[in-house]
Amino acid sequence: MSTYAKKKGFGATIWDYLTTVDHKKIAILYLIAGGLFFILGGIEAMLIRIQLMEPNSDFLSAGLYNEILTMHGTTMIFLAAMPLLFAFMNAVVPLQIGARDVAFPFVNALGFWMFFFGGVFLNLSWFLGGAPDAGWTSYASLSLASPTHGIDFYTLGLQISGFGTLMGGINFLVTIINMRAPGMTFMRMPLFTWTTFVASTLILFAFPPLTVGIFFLMFDRLFGANFFDVTMGGNTIIWEHLFWIFGHPEVYILVLPAFGIFSEIFAVFSRKRLFGYSSMVFATVLIGFLGFMVWAHHMFTTGMGPVANAIFAVATMAIAVPTGIKIFNWLFTMWGGSIKVTTPMLWAIAFIPSFVMGGVTGVMQAAAPLDYQLHDSYFIVAHFHYVIVGGVVFALFAGAHYYWPKMFGTMLNETLGKITFVLFFIGFHLTFFIQHFLGLLGMPRRVFTYLPNQGWDTQNFISSIGAFLMAAGVIILLINVIITSVKNEKVGNDPWGDGRTLEWSIPSPPPFYNFKQTPLVRGLDPYWIEKMEGKKEMTPAEPLGDIHMPNPSILPFIISMGLFIAAFGAMYNPLNQIGDAKPWAVPVLIIGLAITFGAMLVRSLKDDHGFHIHKEDLIDDENKGVKA
Amino acid sequence: MHAEEKFTPQTWPESPEKATLEGKNKFLGFWLFLGGETALFASLFATYLALKNKVPATGDHALSTEIFSIPLAFVATMLLLTSSLTSVYAMYHMKNYSFQKMQAWLLVTVLLGLAFLILEIYEFYHYVHEFGHTFTSSAFGSAFYTLVGTHGAHVAFGLCWITALMIRNAKRGLNLYNAPKFYVASLYWHFIDVVWVFIFTVVYLMGMVG
Repeated sequence: MSTYAKKKGFGATIWDYLTTVDHKKIAILYLIAGGLFFILGGIEAMLIRIQLMEPNSDFLSAGLYNEILTMHGTTMIFLAAMPLLFAFMNAVVPLQIGARDVAFPFVNALGFWMFFFGGVFLNLSWFLGGAPDAGWTSYASLSLASPTHGIDFYTLGLQISGFGTLMGGINFLVTIINMRAPGMTFMRMPLFTWTTFVASTLILFAFPPLTVGIFFLMFDRLFGANFFDVTMGGNTIIWEHLFWIFGHPEVYILVLPAFGIFSEIFAVFSRKRLFGYSSMVFATVLIGFLGFMVWAHHMFTTGMGPVANAIFAVATMAIAVPTGIKIFNWLFTMWGGSIKVTTPMLWAIAFIPSFVMGGVTGVMQAAAPLDYQLHDSYFIVAHFHYVIVGGVVFALFAGAHYYWPKMFGTMLNETLGKITFVLFFIGFHLTFFIQHFLGLLGMPRRVFTYLPNQGWDTQNFISSIGAFLMAAGVIILLINVIITSVKNEKVGNDPWGDGRTLEWSIPSPPPFYNFKQTPLVRGLDPYWIEKMEGKKEMTPAEPLGDIHMPNPSILPFIISMGLFIAAFGAMYNPLNQIGDAKPWAVPVLIIGLAITFGAMLVRSLKDDHGFHIHKEDLIDDENKGVKA
Repeated sequence: MHAEEKFTPQTWPESPEKATLEGKNKFLGFWLFLGGETALFASLFATYLALKNKVPATGDHALSTEIFSIPLAFVATMLLLTSSLTSVYAMYHMKNYSFQKMQAWLLVTVLLGLAFLILEIYEFYHYVHEFGHTFTSSAFGSAFYTLVGTHGAHVAFGLCWITALMIRNAKRGLNLYNAPKFYVASLYWHFIDVVWVFIFTVVYLMGMVG
């Protein structure tokens, strides 16, 4: 056995994950952390639906409802959906382009720990005086008036996790531009890589405005600034603009990688090349571009005037065109294909009508006059859940089943997978379809209860039943994960049998250096091309040689922890609006920042050349059949 | 090419910052980071323009025409622009493998940057004490200090960064491991210089005309 494949104890495994810079292990960290936050957000959703199950319910108080509502949205967007997508990006994108790691493995780990500490900080609000309660959009006129530290947990927590996301975005951009294997031209990149590329660009330009907006809110609440305080000359509309300049691209940051996952699945399980590959790429880029031009459609009722509303309305409707291109390409991919209905494929097929419904209601809302009617009603709630659940969450389930064998080397149970699908799919439509009509009947969103006999009672009850079905589906998935992990039946390189892209040409899970020899890419779907020529593996682009790998490091953990500590100091500083200054606050702020910057300085000054895996060890691995 | 390999001026590659894969990645990644920074400063500028001269209705609050003085901002501008030029000289010598000359020009850059920073601190002090124009006195004050202060924080970070690089590598000279580090630090320095040009225009020049 080579020196790189020793068995380890539990403590050593923990240390391994704390210090890892391996994109595959970071993917697992993202999956676990994102999965936990997803369950947390799901529990919050269930509490909301239990509260709304019947009129005049007092299951939750009005104040607690506001907190749960806010945390459900914030958690699901920032701490569940994005990290889970990052999990698949990390696990798959370097493999799809034939790279041995990402461009900045250290920064990759740093990004994860930033997200993790930010998320933990945000959720600590539950135990330290109350969670944020101004909605996930946290409009300044509302959030400035919030009497607890909840909003400060929101600003500081999202600030830290936002840094992590930004780093992840830059990392993927450089990885995709610089680290592609020979022959992997841009127009041969798998669609998931392409969508990751465009989503990362959106992250790069959308997160800084959010950072700025959140800084303003933090300064206003914690350091006595007046950006949003109208009596001091401030303007709360600035927050709305900055938030949505981030918030709308965020929708595409989430949904484009989801499109990517489905594009892979459609091609593999239709056993056909993706229809209209270049138009798919074009549509992805166009959606990314237009995604920045439409933010003010969230603000039609703010009073920007008819000209601005008209421009943003037309720009918004224009996005339907590239999205439509994609929908038809997926349909044509299946057309005439030899379709295999696996669990991932079921999610993909169900995604098309579900997402199209969300898209259609989106175009309805893009018509500004109609939006005045729909605004702040359950119609909006139905719309964005159709887009985010029907698009992104379906993709996360599909991706989890599809990439599970590549990430863990064992297949999730197909029967349980299909049960999960049926429960969740029915539950989803039961919950949200009817909310369109609740909205049209005038039920306002974000309100903790309602009076009986307004024609809303039965619909709300049905909607809540649907939520229970979704929860049941998720529980079945968890059972599936446990059963699968216990059985741990190992699978080969290409467990689905029809893998087309590079990740399926190497063992599951891949060895930590991914490719023993960098593969030569001879076209779109490179592994499929080799298979069609009767070969079992990729043609190498280089002779077997030493492989350069990065060193593990605990510094990413320490840098992020420093900010986590500093955040407590910032929250209780003497200037804070709540007025509960703590004597330890300023020292803690300074110590936290000193830890962060000190660790960064260590990183900068201490040389880190990585190490080499020697050719002999690689040959050794091969002979012994060691996989990881 | 190995990162720690010793070079002579003859064997030193033409673009040492991009000679290794790590260098290439740093180079591109840093350019992209600056793209994100541009979006960050654009948001700050937009907010400043929206909140410029927005002060509470009651009380006596100084406005931009009264506060800013061009001579001070002009001297600061010249200092920072010159420091950008000297960092170009430093990179010229880096590319020619003359380590001592690079260090010397970096030192000049740092000193000019430090002078700029001192001037800015004096400027803030002056505004607070002469005009009562503070971070908390009005929305205008918050926006001004956040925009200019964020830039100042970038300058301070850049000074620490370049100084740390100079000290760390003082004894061992240039190699392909630290060449990209010097290069991206100088890129960063140019960026904060460009941002300052916009601050000079938008805050000071436009501030004079009201």
